[in-house]
Amino acid sequence: MSVRNVTTESAPIRAVLITVAVGFLTLFLLMPLFAVFIEALRRGWEVFLASLYEDAAWSAVKLTLLTAAIAVPLNTLFGIAAAWAVTKHRFKGRALLLSLIDLPFAVSPVIAGLVWVLLFGAKGWFGPWLAEHDIKIIFAVPGIVIATVFITFPFVARELIPLMESQGTDQEEAAVTLGARGWQIFRRVTLPNIKWGLLYGVLLCNARAMGEFGAVSVVSGHIRGQTNTLPLHIEVLYNEYQFSAAFACATLLAFLALFTLGMKSVVEHFSGHVGKGH
Amino acid sequence: MSKRRVIPGFGLSLGFTITYLSLIILIPLAALFLKAGGAGWDEWAGLLTSPRVLAAAKLTFGASAAAAGVSVVFGLLVTWVLVRYEFPGRRLLDAMVDLPFALPTAVAGITLCAIYAPNGWVGEWLAKWGIQAAYNWTGVFIALTFIGFPFVVRTLQPVMEDLGREIEEAAATLGANRWQVFSRVVLPLLVPALITGFTLAFARAIGEYGSVIFISGNLPMKTEILPLLIVAQLEQFRYEGAAVIAAAMLIISFLLLFLINLLQRRLDWQNR
Repeated sequence: MSVRNVTTESAPIRAVLITVAVGFLTLFLLMPLFAVFIEALRRGWEVFLASLYEDAAWSAVKLTLLTAAIAVPLNTLFGIAAAWAVTKHRFKGRALLLSLIDLPFAVSPVIAGLVWVLLFGAKGWFGPWLAEHDIKIIFAVPGIVIATVFITFPFVARELIPLMESQGTDQEEAAVTLGARGWQIFRRVTLPNIKWGLLYGVLLCNARAMGEFGAVSVVSGHIRGQTNTLPLHIEVLYNEYQFSAAFACATLLAFLALFTLGMKSVVEHFSGHVGKGH
Repeated sequence: MSKRRVIPGFGLSLGFTITYLSLIILIPLAALFLKAGGAGWDEWAGLLTSPRVLAAAKLTFGASAAAAGVSVVFGLLVTWVLVRYEFPGRRLLDAMVDLPFALPTAVAGITLCAIYAPNGWVGEWLAKWGIQAAYNWTGVFIALTFIGFPFVVRTLQPVMEDLGREIEEAAATLGANRWQVFSRVVLPLLVPALITGFTLAFARAIGEYGSVIFISGNLPMKTEILPLLIVAQLEQFRYEGAAVIAAAMLIISFLLLFLINLLQRRLDWQNR
């Protein structure tokens, strides 16, 4: 060969680098995924299915779905509103607002649970008042929901803001010139442009809402059949040495993770752009 | 006001954003700092210098930094291979990098245990060599690397994809060998993204809970992480103690993020 490509490595070095990288990813990422399914089926299909049909597992699944059904729409609404305010307009304090939206990423899940205990717990700011009026938030479903809302707060906004920023405001301004009203502009002009990014943001938000452990663990009180979400139920089973049952329930969340990852590839395929998700 | 806003919905969307942000994030965090502030100097000093908290802080920050460091090394290698080379299974592996983002932390926690515990898939094999990879520092380190690794790849990937090949060609033309091109020309351009990736992985690792507590074993003074101590304080209904540890952790995390923002702004300005 007379022409040598100077911007790549020699074939042996390439082979070594690829081997090391693939080996690392297989050992470090793929093996845990396989382990979930193999451990779940270690004691056979019957134990696997029985663990999923158990009452406590069912109520955990229901609570998880309920939590996501409240947290995801709320944070989707917020994500759209925040992205609209921040990317279609310029105002003082915009940079500060952007940093504040990112804030929950820097907060430990345990702290995200703790703040609600400090507000609504038995010895919290509003604790006595809540007790007087017989309202339970901490160690009850409302606590689980608000802790999840806190944790999943930035997901949709974080997905939409870079996307809408890159699209600019020309189309919306043109729509205004042509006499479109606010809601019409959003539905007919903006929404078609952001639908894939929005979908992915919602899916990420949902995956985190259903899988959140630390924050929910702090506010839940672990009452079996009442305040255990699926991740908490897994912890309880694991600590009771019911490993196969714990992994059986974990497969549900592993499927959710795989579905979310698969949808990311689909969304990337259709939109050609996806912001970096956390 | 002389300049009228063209696109409608500014007041409504900003109003909702700020109200919601305040209710869900700002007021609860303010309550936390208020509680921590009300604890008084003695409580702060006493708690934060207690041997148990110091041991947990040492483990949390040490293992987090080590995990972020290893994530940077393997992140650089993996990103390079994913961006530069074509091989079967590349797209699948690329998608799988996000697994730790998508897999719930409790699932990651019990699975890492099943793999690295002394009777686990890899742990059994390591035990023969006298290496224990769970219920000690190494276990915490493994869990935090698992969690932090994708941050490095996803920060690095767009930067590496945008890297023009022209400068590498120019360097090669001027007589640099491939290693010189990489270490003197390519690597310096990746340093900002590597620092950002390290910081993100580090910040995430400090607060990580679910994936760590199963594999750490939670032995007081030995394998307790800081978030676990917050839980321990809460279980004794010591709200102030919990708030103090949490506030200290948050201050460190916010400082980190503030520094990373400054850094990014500087680099943006340089690259303009």
